Amino acid sequence: MKDFAALVQTLDQTTKTNAKIAALASYFETAPSDDKLWCVALFTGRRPKRIITTSNLRTWAREAANLPDWLFEDTYAIVGDLAETISLILPPNTHVQDHSLSQWIDLLILHSGDEPDQKQAFILKAWNGLPSDERFVFNKLITGGFRLGVSQKLISRAIAKTIGQPETEVAHRLMGKWTPTTTTWEDLLLGDNKAADLSKPYPFYLSHPLETPPTELGPHEDWQAEWKWDGIRGQIIVRDGTVFVWSRGEELVTDRFPEFADLAKTLPDGTVLDGEIICWNGDTPLPFAALQKRITRKSVGKKLLDEAPVVMIVYDILEWQGKDIRHAPLSDRLSHLDDCLVGSPCLRRSLPIPFTSWGHLKEIQSTARAQRAEGVMLKRLSSPYEQGRKKGNWWKWKLDPMTVDAVMIYAQAGHGRRANLFTDYTFAVWDGDTLVPFTKAYSGLTDKEFSEITSWVRKNTLQRFGPVRQVTPELVFEIAFEGIQDSPRHKSGIAVRFPRMLRWRRDKPASEANTLQDLRDILNSLSG
Amino acid sequence: MVLQMRQAGLYCPAGDFYIDPWRRVERALITHAHADHARWGHDHYLATPRTVAMLYHRLGEISAQSIAYDHTLTIGGAKVSFHPAGHLPGSAQIRVEVGGEVWVVSGDYKTEHDGAAEAFAPIKCHTFISECTFGLPAFHWQPQAQIFDEINTWWSDCAKDGIIPVLGAYSLGKAQRILAGLNSDIGPIFTHPAVEGTTEILRQSGLNFPTTRPVTKDVDKATLQNAIIIAPPSATASSWVKKLGPISTGFASGWMGIRGIRRRRAADRGFVISDHADWDGLNTAIAETGAETIYVTHGYTEIFAKWLSSQGYDARCLDTEFQGEEDAGEDST
Repeated sequence: MKDFAALVQTLDQTTKTNAKIAALASYFETAPSDDKLWCVALFTGRRPKRIITTSNLRTWAREAANLPDWLFEDTYAIVGDLAETISLILPPNTHVQDHSLSQWIDLLILHSGDEPDQKQAFILKAWNGLPSDERFVFNKLITGGFRLGVSQKLISRAIAKTIGQPETEVAHRLMGKWTPTTTTWEDLLLGDNKAADLSKPYPFYLSHPLETPPTELGPHEDWQAEWKWDGIRGQIIVRDGTVFVWSRGEELVTDRFPEFADLAKTLPDGTVLDGEIICWNGDTPLPFAALQKRITRKSVGKKLLDEAPVVMIVYDILEWQGKDIRHAPLSDRLSHLDDCLVGSPCLRRSLPIPFTSWGHLKEIQSTARAQRAEGVMLKRLSSPYEQGRKKGNWWKWKLDPMTVDAVMIYAQAGHGRRANLFTDYTFAVWDGDTLVPFTKAYSGLTDKEFSEITSWVRKNTLQRFGPVRQVTPELVFEIAFEGIQDSPRHKSGIAVRFPRMLRWRRDKPASEANTLQDLRDILNSLSG
Repeated sequence: MVLQMRQAGLYCPAGDFYIDPWRRVERALITHAHADHARWGHDHYLATPRTVAMLYHRLGEISAQSIAYDHTLTIGGAKVSFHPAGHLPGSAQIRVEVGGEVWVVSGDYKTEHDGAAEAFAPIKCHTFISECTFGLPAFHWQPQAQIFDEINTWWSDCAKDGIIPVLGAYSLGKAQRILAGLNSDIGPIFTHPAVEGTTEILRQSGLNFPTTRPVTKDVDKATLQNAIIIAPPSATASSWVKKLGPISTGFASGWMGIRGIRRRRAADRGFVISDHADWDGLNTAIAETGAETIYVTHGYTEIFAKWLSSQGYDARCLDTEFQGEEDAGEDST
């Protein structure tokens, strides 16, 4: 596994895309096919079935390192990654066990049926036979989650470079339900396309936030505007009488949404729709919280189905009558939608918003919140359906977020990339002369600001509650959020959605922060 | 109490002096010349000769007296001596004895002998005030020879590809330790002016380092063929570095042992090498003092104190303004 561990290290040690692609391509040129396939599987989130619980791993590791439970947990909290923590705390290896990546995975699968003490013996022997970097990779095979800044797009590019196929073709072949136990490198990437998995989705095309005034996009007649809804991106596939629903995270979520189960009766075979899955009641969208309930529950009961029914707001069609039509201009693709949505109440067409000028659209966009939309999408009528986050043809034009100025009252250190920096803060607003916490936020500041605040926190700690520090209520931040709701579970009585720090208000004393009443006023202005 | 905490820092009532104070005081005993321990503005400084030389370099005209290692000086009712801490050349632990009770202030220290800094020596005491920057069992340093191999391999790989490696290392201590480990057969060694300045002071104090040339804004790029550049961490991202052409950035620090921090630092390469003790180093050093009471400062103090308590010590945290090894790229010189 030396070569794979070296690849992981190289990928981890560079921030340059070209260096990453070169490292991957060189691995794909030299590694055995089984290893290559597993490499692609692991980097696209397809890990082997977990055969050992993480609680067992923790126990065996801290026993091997002779550390008390609390010390292991505190160390893990700082390192932020279980596989890495274990690889760091164990004593150095005493011998070398040299197996390839796929051989190690086969061994893991082979031991999956073992009794716990046999499993333990196998794991301890493996740890003892691997140097720290390979041990980290080995642990990752068990715990999952290689996060190396390697996107699906990057993998596709590296494979495309190695096998001399177009990147889009490779990207499509990598989508869907395959695992290394059900296919081979050759079948997956070079096999006959017709045999490809029926369930296979297309890579999603993702939009960019609009950064310039829309007038810079050229004549408004070239563009279509639609409401931007706050749901989850999805793809509905009907092929061979079967329905598959994919989320953007490339997760097959068909079972979560029984509403779509019968679509094979109304949609012709060879149809792939792209749109937003969202809870919808009558003519209005429900808040995202409703959808959240639907996503988190594994089984969907009747009560929940009644309370939070979902629809897909369909805005594109990628396959029609079994043909990939992504290359066709948007206006042509959409002409097929009219026919196919009839008779499926769970599918709603995302209708174009009529507008006569960019100025006119700006007026419409500013009313998005009243529509319960996040803003407006702009799509170039002549554009093909591209893949990934490619700039130019799809723009999201969101409303400015709601903001308040709040006081930091607690700080906690982050994990992983943010280990030993105080990055997780709790913010409060004034209620009379007391500060009431109303949200946490973690993002929005630069690394430099986080470092500066970290040294400030060290000097301004009033009290410690485990890892949490209560700090002098002095620093003020502008907190932005996308939604606001009543919430009896929160002390402040409200909950906000997507809170983040917009900026550090060094110019404001704590006394000038916003009040709880200000937050209630925002809430009332929306529901009123 | 031999030492007590006051607003300005650690104070010895019997001798009326402070150790590494962070506010202006009359008499300051300085463990080593890093900025968080040796601050500007005290009326009088006492430190080892190499530290004093560095203080003059950093702080300009100050009133300073030097004291050799292992030499005892009586200040008021206290007997004071300085002992090698292994952190960087001239760095010291400070032993203070009052009425038969002995306290030792570690300053910053490492237990591995690096060849340049005087080797760390454990000092018997009743109370030991120890740093614990890397007081977590996740930190285990490899022998420095292995890290020098990694750095030299990186350098020669870069040289082959026509790329200039720029290695971020503190200008005092880490930079010279690395200089001593570089294989100058690969190519010329260039240093940032801040590194060149401190290296020169240490050369004058009798230490040998490979030949270095200062790199400046208008350096002739032809002379940089096969070269490596050693610069303070904060300088590796500055604009003059970007104008050098294709470069590969490296960062040498104990923090590079943690993947998340390495990624945050966003250097092309992270080399795990520290001038602080690792987990085993801290535990061994503390055991060898024979002390029963341990105060821990800067680092994972709460966790480390709890661990020491579980090992039978009377261990407590001491809140100081020392920073240990910064990971954010701030240079500590």
